[in-house]
Amino acid sequence: MSGSQEIRSQIASIQNTQKITKAMEMVAASKMKKAQDQMIKARPYADKISNVISHLAHAHPEYTSEFFATREVKKKGYIIISSDRGLCGGLNNNLFKLVVETIEEDNKSDIKPAFSLIGSKASSFFQRMGGDVMAQTAQLGDKPQIEQVLGLIKSTIDSFISGEIDQVYLVYNKFLNTVSQEPTLQKVLPIQAEDKDDNYDHYWDYLYEPDAETVLESLFTRYIESLVYRGLVENLACEQASRMVAMKAASDNATDLTAELQLIYNKNRQAAITQEISEIISGAAAL
Amino acid sequence: MADKIKLDIVSAEEEIFSQDVEMVYAPAEMGEVGISPKHTPLITKLKPGDVRAQINKDEMKTFYVSGGILEIQPNEVTILSDTALREDDLDEERALEAEKLAQEAMKNSANEVDATKAKSELLQAAAQLRLIKKLRSNSKK
Repeated sequence: MSGSQEIRSQIASIQNTQKITKAMEMVAASKMKKAQDQMIKARPYADKISNVISHLAHAHPEYTSEFFATREVKKKGYIIISSDRGLCGGLNNNLFKLVVETIEEDNKSDIKPAFSLIGSKASSFFQRMGGDVMAQTAQLGDKPQIEQVLGLIKSTIDSFISGEIDQVYLVYNKFLNTVSQEPTLQKVLPIQAEDKDDNYDHYWDYLYEPDAETVLESLFTRYIESLVYRGLVENLACEQASRMVAMKAASDNATDLTAELQLIYNKNRQAAITQEISEIISGAAAL
Repeated sequence: MADKIKLDIVSAEEEIFSQDVEMVYAPAEMGEVGISPKHTPLITKLKPGDVRAQINKDEMKTFYVSGGILEIQPNEVTILSDTALREDDLDEERALEAEKLAQEAMKNSANEVDATKAKSELLQAAAQLRLIKKLRSNSKK
């Protein structure tokens, strides 16, 4: 009967783990809701600022800024947004795989990568992989504020303007719905002017105060910031959704495992009883 | 009815105000500007200060902005604010923020304990599983 004791404590231990995974599932579900709200709230700003930029591109098509500079690509910058915590399925790994594949592809044409990392998972992965890390930040919590990533964005933009890197990509998980997230690689620098809107048919331009350069520079900086911030909150929603799904799967597995072990336990016990009875009977028959 | 102009105040984190108003006053970098409907297109930086919106003759609303960008189109004004909080909420918000930070710090530490606990239980379970497998293969022999 030594086996059945083991099985019983095994079942108890699985059930304990299941309690944790269930709790994590519920916590993730409520946090996902909050992250989604944050995502929706950030939308008006992003919409407005891209509106202004497209107005601008129309009003001032000949305007050239350092933000639009297209150069021959020798070094690509990646702003990689990851989660701070694990236990969220393949979320981060899928994202890193996308980056690694892109880098390998670029290797053939001798393009080098440089990283700006958000989240401790990205920090540990890309530090291990080696490569040029320009900036990093982690531990943003469940309600990231834009202030927390401003420094990172500034240093990335500065490297772009100084010509150290020739393109900047934003890498994050796009929130499609609760069960599906899509690793996304989005080009943010140089800024690509959108196609002209046919609705405007006469030429006009803004008045700039104090002058075009200063205003536009701060406008473009904010535009990049809003893109990164959007990526950040979307990635957060993805993290919670993915954790919720992973923890649900873990809880379900625990249920299956418990049922299986219970069956083995019952069979063992029945076998022991049967054996005991047959021993008694055969003992009685021998008398 | 007087002419109106659409005013949108947004910050990166949320939409703060969106309504038709009669007049907008904003703290532009070169000095305060007053914007009536049909203003010429203008784009400028804002410095920290108050944005006032004249909703109608009797009603005026004030918002604090700590900087940002002001874009004016003949029939709409967009303020891309860095951090704009409603006047009434300003102090309350700060207090809440401080509280939230404290709570969050506690929550985070609780989460970490959970994770460590889960990890150690996982290790224990794996060890037990190995033991069971060993026992089973022994008993089969």
